[in-house]
Amino acid sequence: MQRNPQLNEKGELQHLLSIEGLPREILMQILRTAESFVGVTEREVKKVPLLRGKSVFNLFFEPSTRTRTTFEIAAKRLSADVINLNIAVSSQTKGESLLDTVANLSAMQADIFVVRHASSGAPFLIASHVKPHEHVVNAGDGRHAHPTQGLLDLYTIRHYKQDFSRLTVAIIGDVLHSRVARSLIHGLTTLGTPEVRVIAPQTLLPAGVEALGVKVFHDMREGLRDCDAIVMLRLQSERMKGALLPSAQEYFKNYGLTSEKLALAKSDAIVMHPGPMNRGVEIDSSVADGPHSVILPQVTFGIAVRMAVMSMVAG
Amino acid sequence: MRLAIRNARLIDPATGRDGAGDLYIADGKISAEAGRVDRTIDAKGLVVCPGFVDIAARLREPGFEYKATLESEMEAAVAGGVTSLACPPDTDPPLDEPGLVDMLRRRAKALSRARVYPIGALTVKLEGERLTEMAQLAEAGCVAFSQANAPIADTQVLWRALQYAATFGFRVWLRPEDAWLRKGGVAHDGEVATRLGLPGIPSFAETIALASALELVRATGARVHFCRLSTAGAVGMIRVAKREGLAVTCDVAIHHLHLCELDLGYFDSNCRLDPPLRSQRDRDALARGLEEGVIDCVCSDHTPVDDDGKHLPFAEAEPGATGLELLLPLTLKWGEARKLPLAKSLARITSSAAEVLGVTTGRLAPGAPADVTVFDPNATFRVSPQTLRSQGKHTPFTGYELAGRVRYTIVDGNVVYEG
Repeated sequence: MQRNPQLNEKGELQHLLSIEGLPREILMQILRTAESFVGVTEREVKKVPLLRGKSVFNLFFEPSTRTRTTFEIAAKRLSADVINLNIAVSSQTKGESLLDTVANLSAMQADIFVVRHASSGAPFLIASHVKPHEHVVNAGDGRHAHPTQGLLDLYTIRHYKQDFSRLTVAIIGDVLHSRVARSLIHGLTTLGTPEVRVIAPQTLLPAGVEALGVKVFHDMREGLRDCDAIVMLRLQSERMKGALLPSAQEYFKNYGLTSEKLALAKSDAIVMHPGPMNRGVEIDSSVADGPHSVILPQVTFGIAVRMAVMSMVAG
Repeated sequence: MRLAIRNARLIDPATGRDGAGDLYIADGKISAEAGRVDRTIDAKGLVVCPGFVDIAARLREPGFEYKATLESEMEAAVAGGVTSLACPPDTDPPLDEPGLVDMLRRRAKALSRARVYPIGALTVKLEGERLTEMAQLAEAGCVAFSQANAPIADTQVLWRALQYAATFGFRVWLRPEDAWLRKGGVAHDGEVATRLGLPGIPSFAETIALASALELVRATGARVHFCRLSTAGAVGMIRVAKREGLAVTCDVAIHHLHLCELDLGYFDSNCRLDPPLRSQRDRDALARGLEEGVIDCVCSDHTPVDDDGKHLPFAEAEPGATGLELLLPLTLKWGEARKLPLAKSLARITSSAAEVLGVTTGRLAPGAPADVTVFDPNATFRVSPQTLRSQGKHTPFTGYELAGRVRYTIVDGNVVYEG
């Protein structure tokens, strides 16, 4: 098996492609670095000069507003120049290949490529073709990974719960299609979380999901019992078109998070969601806006985590 | 041309013969006597055996000349010691018209390299709806009919196709795969696909299709060969079917004998194959099935893909790998791992493969066509784009050090390759 393509010869972070395979020490380093940046984002002058003179290319082969914006803010707070490329509607439709696009941008002196792509593994392909001084940060690839989202989820859990070694975390919903779930599961298990649960109907779980180190529950009430952190996954409406689910109403009845179900978790449980939320499909408004919800702090932490990642790969 | 090969280790898998001796060739046939000799080959330290029969090698013509041409792939074939090959019908257009088949055969013949046996399309355009003119395609030279990698979704069409083929005794080659269950999948539906976030193809996509096809074989009496088995379940089903006396045969591709889902590593698009690489348990069952004869033969499933088709994210990459030149070394590697006598390993790419194909080559008997391969079982080489003659340079075995180098390939009594 080849060397982990994310690390350089010294074992330092060269690219961030997936949480899987990253040593615990690097994950902790990212979280600690992010912590120092949270302070920056609360100052009046929200900038540090760590990436001054460097160029960050946001390469979004799949549309996204939220993730792209948070990467842009993070890069600007590190004093980098940011170029946003919405490739979903430009060169790809003209038939230019992924690697040609990257080669062209590389000729424009990029330092960091922030990549989102609909195909699992695309950032790995790009990372294997960029120059040694260029860095790739995965901003979500297919169903595979969304490492910065996973890291900000870890950051949030650590912020509210401190010690991973005594937690029970439940991830609820469409694990099958979720890169967020995969990244978070790897992160939680690497940091020593004793119990990671996934709660979903069989149709929304990938084959052999237990091998990732999770406990499977089909009954939400049973799965929520004594949880410290609850992560709701977004359910896309297109899932109702095939044979995966009969309807959004029935899904909400079985797997939607309501105040009544939330009461089964620990009394100080936190509720997370990667956004954008579908109120009334996977989460009830009373929970989304309620005292257990840390959904908005997640967004704030997300900027600090992305600053940490970019400063670590290219700083 | 009369040829003498002396000081050889002669192996004839059909009879199990393995010993020192000389081999004579006269007028394109294996001969019992030396007679007057035009050329003598000293085969000291080399194995002399029937030329290899590869029952699945895509030559990419017509339609995909940018990926490979008959010229390049026929060179690759003889460099790999392959003297007979069957090409699947998934060209563009597919081999569904006698004219196309005729042209392919003429072009191949004019190159005088390996013998080419076209497999005709079972349905028009491989669309799984209307039957092709099988009798006319057979006249044009098709030795069997198949759907290549395009399964027939409509079971009624499959039933009728088998009935029709059975009527005339035509052979049908099917790769068992359920069209619906495979939809959207790109990797074995297991732990690795789950980790990598790749849409999966479950094992039962193969076994369900195989179960249906076996029932249709029982109902129609068609002569069916099952291609590219990838699951332990399918091997078990064929074992039972053969025990029951059903006249079915099957094969496995070299990749599936040696590799499994773990080889995908970090999205290696060279491992994007049809069918997908499955679990270690499946791979071991295939290797054992081939040894026990449940699986009749092994093939290269040679599929040249250009860089543009492989330099893509895994799911978007084109399936397939180059293989003609790796058939011998990978068969030897399998045989060595299972501690088989050389004659038994070689049977899987000579006599047994010839039987599946229904041809008289694949043996060294006097009077048989003089298709012979001379190779050094101990000489090694490193697989790289430079060492491959095929225009297809992509294989999961890149970087492997493999033993088994072809020194001479003889087709119809003529030396067509010297390495």
